[in-house]
Amino acid sequence: MSGVSVTKGPEGAVPATTDLVVLSNVNKHFGALHVLQDIDLTIERGEVVVVIGPSGSGKSTLCRTINRLETIDSGSITIDGRPLPDEGRALARLRADVGMVFQSFNLFAHKTVLENVMLGQLKVRRTDKKTAEEKARGLLDRVGVGSQADKYPAQLSGGQQQRVAIARALAMNPKVMLFDEPTSALDPEMINEVLEVMQQLARDGMTMVVVTHEMGFARSAANRVVFMADGRIVEEATPEEFFSNPRSERAKDFLSKILHH
Amino acid sequence: MFDFLEGYDLLGAFWVTLQLTLLSALFSLVWGTVLAGMRVGPVPLMRGFATAYVNIVRNTPLTVIIVFTALGLADVYGVTLGAGDFDSQYFRLAVFGLSAYTAAFVCEALRSGINTVPLGQAEAARAIGLSFTQVLTLIVLPQAFRSVVGPLANVLIALTKNTTVAAAIGVAEAALLMKEMIENEAQLVLIAAVFAFGFVVLTMPTGLLLGWVGKRVAVKR
Repeated sequence: MSGVSVTKGPEGAVPATTDLVVLSNVNKHFGALHVLQDIDLTIERGEVVVVIGPSGSGKSTLCRTINRLETIDSGSITIDGRPLPDEGRALARLRADVGMVFQSFNLFAHKTVLENVMLGQLKVRRTDKKTAEEKARGLLDRVGVGSQADKYPAQLSGGQQQRVAIARALAMNPKVMLFDEPTSALDPEMINEVLEVMQQLARDGMTMVVVTHEMGFARSAANRVVFMADGRIVEEATPEEFFSNPRSERAKDFLSKILHH
Repeated sequence: MFDFLEGYDLLGAFWVTLQLTLLSALFSLVWGTVLAGMRVGPVPLMRGFATAYVNIVRNTPLTVIIVFTALGLADVYGVTLGAGDFDSQYFRLAVFGLSAYTAAFVCEALRSGINTVPLGQAEAARAIGLSFTQVLTLIVLPQAFRSVVGPLANVLIALTKNTTVAAAIGVAEAALLMKEMIENEAQLVLIAAVFAFGFVVLTMPTGLLLGWVGKRVAVKR
């Protein structure tokens, strides 16, 4: 569980067994705005970490730095013991191991749902077509959109598109999944179908970093809640602790605004 | 009424025009796409080169470029582009000049198409581990092309008409034949009308067909 210090394995090339994603002393600026300030965060294998906080607190940026869609100014990020490489082949390989789900789905608009889920397998993993298609259809069934395989993204509802996006990420067999506000662009009645898929993933032991405003999901699926404000991690706790007894004033203020109305 | 056409190879001349158009369209499409890739790419040297190329070439009169291919490339530097005789050498030089010129416009049309592809498409492609070249060729360019079929049709129509400049270096296409007929025959207005009609026959279907294609392949978002 979080908070418990982890005994490192023997020195050498073998990465520590439990720490999957380690951010240490990460800083980033957007011009004058110091959007990430001295961020230290360790995500263990199999852990579900939910990042919450007010708009502009840097939580999306934090999520995007983990697969280097945003670069950082200082500090270090390692995934499975390896530091994030610079732009190039090595980074592309690493990104293949890090699944990402976006707020705006970003399904490839000119490809069918099935092609969306097969593309990475074919072009990055070099899987043969038959295996890739089988896997894609299996994943689409798993997220409940198997019958939509031959449609184009624009023909699907938001919730369906987001579930396809999750299948597309899962098709790469990622070590960790990043969710950047996956339900924020959805109509209310579609939020649950996406959250259920995410809950199932969490139960299956996937390592997940989830930036969200869904407090219900944070309560039920998270091992740990990370509360960010003004570019800093203000508080880290189990969901029970955080929601019933937040320690910082900033978190109390945030929770009072979102929970009582 | 059309007696004056006798003794002239009108179809042959337009056939050369068509060949100039199709070959130049092909080469300029390829070269223009490469230039567009360079302009949006991560390598500063390539970006600089492509930007300089586009700005120099599209701002130079086509006549200057075509005449340069003949007087400069052919006569000064002895470039033959693998041709055995003068006719095919100058034809190839004309294709070279037209392609080099048109590529600048293809590049800019395509670049505006690239700008219509939402940033998230490229981000999602990078996030599943595709390389820059794969992101460009598998995700961004296919969508960009679909959104610029209309503008590319304009470029192609302009190219068809621009092939007349090849007459300046003696390529036996439609405009050269027109010049010859105007010197020898009396029906000046009719001659002009015949050639104008010939070009409309070539370009009108291009516009209509590509307009239809553009609607068919448009990416729905």
